[in-house]
Amino acid sequence: MQASIPPPVRDVPESAADTAGPGGAAATTYTAKQSTLVWRAFKKHRLAMAGVAVTIAFYVVALFAEFLAPYSASRFDAESTFAPPQLPQIVDISDDGWDWGLHVNGYTSSMDQETYAQTYEIDESTKIPLRFFAKGESYEFWGLFETNIHLIGPADPDQPMYLLGTDGNGRDLLSRIIHATRVSMSIGLVGVTMTFVLGVVLGGISGYVGGKTDLVIQRLVEFFMSIPTLPLWLGLAAALPDQWGPLRRYFAITVILAIIGWTSLARETRGKFMSLREEEFVTSAHLDGNSQPRVIFRHILPSFTSHLIASLSLSIPAMILAETALSFLGMGLQAPVVSWGVLLQDAQDIRTVATAAWLLLPGLAVVAAVLALNFVGDGLRDAADPYKR
Amino acid sequence: MLSFIARRLLYMVPTLVLISIVAFAIIQLPPGDFLTTFIARMSAQGEAIDQAQIDSLRERYGLDEPIYVQYFKWIGGIVTDLDFGQSFEWKRSVADLVWDRLPLTVLLAGATLTLTWILAFPIGIYSAVKQYSIGDYLATTIGYLGLAIPNFMIALILLYIGFRYFGQSVGGLFSPEYQDAAWNLGKVLDLLSHIWIPLIVLGTAGTAGLIRILRANLLDELRKPYVVAARARGVPERRLLVRYPLRVAMNPFISTIGWVLPALVGGEVIVAKVLSLPTTGPLMLSALTSQDMYLAGSIIMIISVLTVVGTLISDIALAWLDPRVRLRRH
Repeated sequence: MQASIPPPVRDVPESAADTAGPGGAAATTYTAKQSTLVWRAFKKHRLAMAGVAVTIAFYVVALFAEFLAPYSASRFDAESTFAPPQLPQIVDISDDGWDWGLHVNGYTSSMDQETYAQTYEIDESTKIPLRFFAKGESYEFWGLFETNIHLIGPADPDQPMYLLGTDGNGRDLLSRIIHATRVSMSIGLVGVTMTFVLGVVLGGISGYVGGKTDLVIQRLVEFFMSIPTLPLWLGLAAALPDQWGPLRRYFAITVILAIIGWTSLARETRGKFMSLREEEFVTSAHLDGNSQPRVIFRHILPSFTSHLIASLSLSIPAMILAETALSFLGMGLQAPVVSWGVLLQDAQDIRTVATAAWLLLPGLAVVAAVLALNFVGDGLRDAADPYKR
Repeated sequence: MLSFIARRLLYMVPTLVLISIVAFAIIQLPPGDFLTTFIARMSAQGEAIDQAQIDSLRERYGLDEPIYVQYFKWIGGIVTDLDFGQSFEWKRSVADLVWDRLPLTVLLAGATLTLTWILAFPIGIYSAVKQYSIGDYLATTIGYLGLAIPNFMIALILLYIGFRYFGQSVGGLFSPEYQDAAWNLGKVLDLLSHIWIPLIVLGTAGTAGLIRILRANLLDELRKPYVVAARARGVPERRLLVRYPLRVAMNPFISTIGWVLPALVGGEVIVAKVLSLPTTGPLMLSALTSQDMYLAGSIIMIISVLTVVGTLISDIALAWLDPRVRLRRH
């Protein structure tokens, strides 16, 4: 979606593109590019605009994960396992008078006499001052330079600051969610790229060539649509060798997700190609001596790119959900890689959830990201459809 | 109509063959043949390995022969006497294991589908007829949330609420005392008191999707000229709605049998894991983790075949209801 600036015309009527059709080539007709029209319709969709903002925020978090997260994803603190979330406070009124300054309360630990399990509780009497741009663990920022500045952190790096609590190994949940954002949000993009290539190429061939090729590809699509997705994903994911490194596994998982995700896109592309093939502008492009690829890429594809973009943006959230489900079941990405699904693995049984309900928080990130992307996709679809405008 | 059914049945054959090939491929995917895994596991458990038994298994599955012979031996066994192979984890035949769990799985899927329809139908109609009313916004919001929240999150949250505020553990389909009991009225009632949680969890996503589709379809239909014409001729609103637009917009309900089933089965795997339901999902999951491949592959195949049959039924129902589908040339 390019944010092109509307051309310098006074309020172009919504039907500008229609009147600029084959018949109305008069010089007085206002014209606006398709992308401009789509953008204008999209801007009216308030939910979609909110979705765009949230989505951008998520990708910013993904880009600057090391800086935004107080700790690294693997740092653990055996001294505080299952520590509850701390509430950051700006003013301390426990003593007489108002004591300003961002801080959190510390923890007290107590041991269960029967099970010897340590439990941590918020201790209102201690105070841990926080600081923006605090010094913490050093990390390499984008592989460019090394720094140890984090957006927020305790003034004294040895004191605990777990804004969203810790997991069973004493790892900071907030940091892990932030680091997981990178994997979870990018898997959608990578997967969608593959889906796009497979779907558009196969769907395009099917719709444009027709005949026997079409029949074969359509049966293939129907086949993939008829098998229950998750069992197939699981079966394929279970077959990945254990010794594969995290990166290879990551790509293997996206390929597996894309193998099944391309079908609906292929169907849509085919339908569009079939109807457009019969249009007069395609025939005349042929008669004008355009080569086959040129007709496809210059004349047919551009007439439904906006539609394609809309369906693509709707399949990103589906990919994210799929990865979450796979990893949740332990078949997707594996530690030390962190994704939201991997984090949710910790919250699998009710006993853990009952003692540490904050472990469900990564799910909130999933819901927010998926909702935002869905809104964007819906808005795009409505904006790209000239009949809905 | 008969020719339509015949054609659909014919189309089913290559799909079924492909499914069996995929299931077989999944069985074969892990490195080494299953006998090496089997022998390794037996010796790990310190059990004596009977060479004669191994030889007979090798012969039975044609392990020394080329891969296509193995495939035909495997599929031959399934087609002729429902022999899906052995589960090494459970030391039982796969057919027995699956048969234990399949009825409950199908029951759960069927019940969920029914619930989805009962909920989605009135809500969908309401939000289309009263577009942009408060109820419509509410339904749309719930619809969005239902699609965005992963099923297992809903399950976990319900479990948490049940545990935290009602002090009961809500997993499973039966109370402990009925777990192994024979079927009687008490067990049925017990099942009913447990089944609603998985039903709600599994039904939300489907309901949300159906509401969206029904609403969109009905809205498109209500804007058509024939509706305006009928209204102009004084047809009462209710009859106007039920007579034609609703019938056209109903199509997705019928075709859901096809696409809801795969989704249900998929969702069921995760939800069943969280809620520890005695269905095929967790069985398949544990089989995949322990590389008990005959069990895993067979479950994938059985579920896929059931889905294909479900799609067939929905297609036939659709053709029966809608002449446009029946008479469309392929």
